Amino acid sequence: MTASHLAQFNVARLRAPLDHPSSAGFMAGMDPMNDLADRSPGFVWRLTEDGKDNATGIRPIAPDVIITLSLWESLEALRAYAYHSEHLDYLRRRREWFLPHGLPAALVLWWVPVGLTPTVDEALERLDLLGTAGPTPRAFTFRQPFPAPTGPAVLA
Amino acid sequence: MSTSDDLGDLRAVAALSDDVRRAAYQAVATAAPDPVGRDEVAAALGVGRTLAAFHLDKLVDAGLLEASYARRSGRTGPGAGRPAKLYRAAAEERAVSVPPRAYRSAAALLAEAVERSGAEAVLHEVSYEHGRRAGTGGPGGPGGGMGGPGELLAAHGYHPVASGGRIELRNCPFHRLAAEFPPVVCGMNLALVEGLLAGAGVDDWAARMDAAPGRCCVTVQQTKNKSD
Repeated sequence: MTASHLAQFNVARLRAPLDHPSSAGFMAGMDPMNDLADRSPGFVWRLTEDGKDNATGIRPIAPDVIITLSLWESLEALRAYAYHSEHLDYLRRRREWFLPHGLPAALVLWWVPVGLTPTVDEALERLDLLGTAGPTPRAFTFRQPFPAPTGPAVLA
Repeated sequence: MSTSDDLGDLRAVAALSDDVRRAAYQAVATAAPDPVGRDEVAAALGVGRTLAAFHLDKLVDAGLLEASYARRSGRTGPGAGRPAKLYRAAAEERAVSVPPRAYRSAAALLAEAVERSGAEAVLHEVSYEHGRRAGTGGPGGPGGGMGGPGELLAAHGYHPVASGGRIELRNCPFHRLAAEFPPVVCGMNLALVEGLLAGAGVDDWAARMDAAPGRCCVTVQQTKNKSD
């Protein structure tokens, strides 16, 4: 059993509100992509708004910036969902719906002890850390990953 | 520019200068992801089993192929129970540049810049246009050979494998870059394949994003409106 889960946090700046016709493609894919994540091997948890099945109403950065926050059993499990499934085509089309957000990073990964659920505040700190310090064991990317801690989990 | 790594790459590439050995490498590489035995390579090359084995083992020594042993099903007679030596292409990429050039590093920087600036749409346009020019007048089109889209895609390094009305591409020409920047590079690749098909005048097959591990993220499917 792994002692750590991989946390994933992603931010994206909308070109137009979600009820605008130009966001229709994104909205059409959201439920299928969330369903695909939920039944993907190694999926653990994803953030949702109270009473909904998605997190699009949670906007801690700006009114036009949406987020995703999720937990996976391993880097490979997240990679398989994100890049080796139908989700890749959804990602490929992201510029139809999202603008460059001006941040150095849109995605940050880090390890959390099994049983803990990351908060949005923590996720924001990890994204900020990646932007200022570059990839480190506390905040990293697919391009420069770090292995899960092998010793007793430390609440960094 | 003579680190041990560079010398390893140089030795690996130099091992391919023999025509028969290069054909042996191609026979193994195009069979991926399935490993192949000496008999199959000998048959594909039209050479004896001993000569095929000699070249295959030289390719293993050079680091271009990896060997494994497995019992093959469906064999009978003496020796059927003995594990066969099987070969597959090594995953490691080899590149030699004289004089030293660092195009891979440049490609990674450009991909990151495209991603950060959100310029994917322009990259897709450029890729489609490049593909269309590259596909024009080549194999696979009306004016080219008779092999259709498979021949076209093989000519551009994709290792196509057709099954029914669908072609999988067993090689990703942008492999390492695609692993580092999947949406950017796979999107570029899709536009490139679409351009190749358009340039060759192939209008009854369509490329689509169809990601899976271990092969190119694009597949090509026959469409219903077969034209003539």
